[in-house]
Amino acid sequence: MSSAESLVAQIQGLSGNLADLTQLRNYLKQSDDSLRVESTRLAPLLNELDPSLHSLGYLYVLEACTSGPIAKEQANEFVLLVARFLNVCSAEQIRLAPDKFISLCKRFKDQVMLLEDPMRGVAPMLAALRKLQTSTEQLTTLHPDFLLLCLLSKCYKTGLSILEDDIFEVDQPRDLFLYCYYGGMICIGQKQFRKALELLHNVVTAPMPIISAIAVEAYKKYILVSLIHLGQFSTSFPKYTSSAAQRNLKNFSQPYLELVNSYSNGKVSELEMCVQTNKDKFETDKNLGLVKQVVSSMYKRNIQRLTQTYLTLSLQDIANTVQLSSPKEAEMHVLQMIQEGEIYATINQKDGMVRFLEDPEQYKTCEMIERIDSSIQRIMMLSKKLTTMNETMSCDPSYLGKVGRERQRFDFDDFDTVPSKFNI
Amino acid sequence: MEAEEDAAGTIIEDDEIYVNGGEDGESQRHRPIISGEQLDIEAYAALYTGRTKISRLLFIAEKCGVPSMQLEALRMAYDEIKKGENTQLFREVIAKIDGRLGPDYGPDNAWADAVDRRAELRKEKLENELNAYRTNLIKESIRMGYNDFGDFYYAHGQLGEAFKNYVRTRDYCTTSKHIIHMCLNAILVSIEMGQFQHVASYVGKAEQSQDALDPVTIAKLRCAAGLAHLEGKKYKLAARKFLETGPELGNNYTEVIAPQDVATYGSLCALASFDRAELKSKVIDNINFRNFLELVPEIRELINDFYTSHYASCLEYLGNLKANLLLDIHLHDHVETLYEQIRSKALIQYTLPFVSVDLHMMANAFNTSVTGLEKELEALITNDQIQARIDSHNKILYARHADQRNGTFQRVLQTGSEFDREVRAMLLRANLIKHDYNLKASRKH
Repeated sequence: MSSAESLVAQIQGLSGNLADLTQLRNYLKQSDDSLRVESTRLAPLLNELDPSLHSLGYLYVLEACTSGPIAKEQANEFVLLVARFLNVCSAEQIRLAPDKFISLCKRFKDQVMLLEDPMRGVAPMLAALRKLQTSTEQLTTLHPDFLLLCLLSKCYKTGLSILEDDIFEVDQPRDLFLYCYYGGMICIGQKQFRKALELLHNVVTAPMPIISAIAVEAYKKYILVSLIHLGQFSTSFPKYTSSAAQRNLKNFSQPYLELVNSYSNGKVSELEMCVQTNKDKFETDKNLGLVKQVVSSMYKRNIQRLTQTYLTLSLQDIANTVQLSSPKEAEMHVLQMIQEGEIYATINQKDGMVRFLEDPEQYKTCEMIERIDSSIQRIMMLSKKLTTMNETMSCDPSYLGKVGRERQRFDFDDFDTVPSKFNI
Repeated sequence: MEAEEDAAGTIIEDDEIYVNGGEDGESQRHRPIISGEQLDIEAYAALYTGRTKISRLLFIAEKCGVPSMQLEALRMAYDEIKKGENTQLFREVIAKIDGRLGPDYGPDNAWADAVDRRAELRKEKLENELNAYRTNLIKESIRMGYNDFGDFYYAHGQLGEAFKNYVRTRDYCTTSKHIIHMCLNAILVSIEMGQFQHVASYVGKAEQSQDALDPVTIAKLRCAAGLAHLEGKKYKLAARKFLETGPELGNNYTEVIAPQDVATYGSLCALASFDRAELKSKVIDNINFRNFLELVPEIRELINDFYTSHYASCLEYLGNLKANLLLDIHLHDHVETLYEQIRSKALIQYTLPFVSVDLHMMANAFNTSVTGLEKELEALITNDQIQARIDSHNKILYARHADQRNGTFQRVLQTGSEFDREVRAMLLRANLIKHDYNLKASRKH
């Protein structure tokens, strides 16, 4: 018991400044094994520690005393305890022991899932994630877990707050794949198809040595979202796509490619036939809802095409051309599209005529100028980033080593041309 | 005998020209069109000689669907074959006639056997001769030997063999004249076989000849090239070639093409593929081509109608000509496409100068219904061939002028967001690759 008391004393004494904390961390690392052995008796110690002041020590103790299996009755208590800690702990301190922190968070997520109450985990996980991040550009292992919780509890809006950050730094490719896949699903839930498309595109085209189930599922959703949002899908991959993906993805998603084919013909009846024949497959993939959205997007697409051709058109004619059963239904579709800003038109109910208008945007308002300006700023920021990255890359010793090795031998004359090689 | 036939053919044509010339412009447009009536097979066949005459007659017999016309065509084909030595074709025609033309046109076995026997003898003789030449190694004689063989096979309808033998003469050609001769033979056989890639390549070879070609040969080569392009659905190139054909062609290439055909093929291809300026400069103001056009007055009229925007009459001419054009051995496959393109072109040209067009008037001008016209216009607008929008309520077509400023803004914003997205994706990928590389490196150490 004395060792426990001295441990508490150590933690309380060494939580002041950074130098002390480093010392504390080393001490804790050494005593990690003994902590684990005594894990069952550590729980009372937590009461003597303040999670916000002694975060590092608290983390070690908490991690140790929850490392064993947790009984169902204790789960609730555990979740409460960890949630409180995650909310109040000091970011500086926990970053000294990221491994411990992450393993605690993972366990927390598992428990929340076991309790079948993912909603409870959303806020603490978000807090934890923000504390672990050194910058908003960093992708942590907690990202996918957090998004999974958001998805399960349908807290899409909270999930979106994370997705708005630009992610550049990645530790684990798998984290990125899951982050993009879950993120894509959240965006689909919020009908932010453009963003969803971008995230799914990242998964499909990411460099990967072998194909993964995540990539396959992402590709299927990518096809569907692309049809909904763009009305078309190009089956050829961009040239930077990994060869593993190029070779295999199509084999796993045949029904979806058939859907693309029948979509491109522009005939609703044909599309519905295709959906019917592959219905089981879509259902097992849990994509049937999206597939239905694909079908309804075709009506929209066809109506949109009419706006390019006609100034006025009767509802009856619209219903005929886009294969809707009645003018009433056509009116509903047109109305909905006007509401969503997808077309500009007015309906004259007296004659049953629709008048299509041009896009009223004149690009003269202050908001538009501001939007353009912010867009320019962003692009400048991105290009700067690109240049910096290019520069760091060309100074990277391992890169230089690789490039040097690929060249046969440096002649004296070659040195002049070397820099130009690095501009790639 | 043949010369007489030719003369008869041209006289008929001259008559037609006279009839046309006698009337003046305005009334001509409402005049019934002669070629709209059933094809006069005799006059038509008189335009051609050699094998193409037979193939054309057989083609008509197969496609026309009118029994009397079919028998007429078969009868003439029978007569024509009897002049030659192609017994295989003879038997085919006999089978097609099937005794419907009476005992005069029955299976003349005695004739066929006699021809076959003679052919055997001649073949043996040619083989002996060729072997003798080959042992003597006299280039010119060997060439002649192969050439004779080619002629022999051609006459007997073995086109593949004929082509091989004609091409073999190539190694023994000593002057450019020989090469031209070889090319023309190869082209002739290839056209008969329907191998138009060969036609194009041998036309190319012939045109590379060092010596200046005589005008007739040039005209022949142009026609052959035109046919090859036509078969390949490259209508614009085909039109150019036919339009470049010199009047020297005359009746010198009747074993392949009649000057009337040059006018028809050239004009239709030109209408389908040229813009207004090109049509004016290359067709209407083309003095050489005018000679050809005089031979087929309907075509000349319809081109003028098209250019002067009398679309209804132009389309009427086309409609009347269609039945006969479908019986043309080279054109029949392309008639539909060409007609469609000409019609779209007419529609586009009609709308071009106006800000707004009344669809009723336009439908009148094109002799069609408003709803039909609307569908056609819709297709053209969807394909971005007409920049306009239809007011379906008031039946008016409004031209649409793209607002450059708005368009530019739109494009800029779009490009911006694309760049944004792509750079971010690229940075991510680069980081992943870096991670992968670091991982490999750390594993190695």
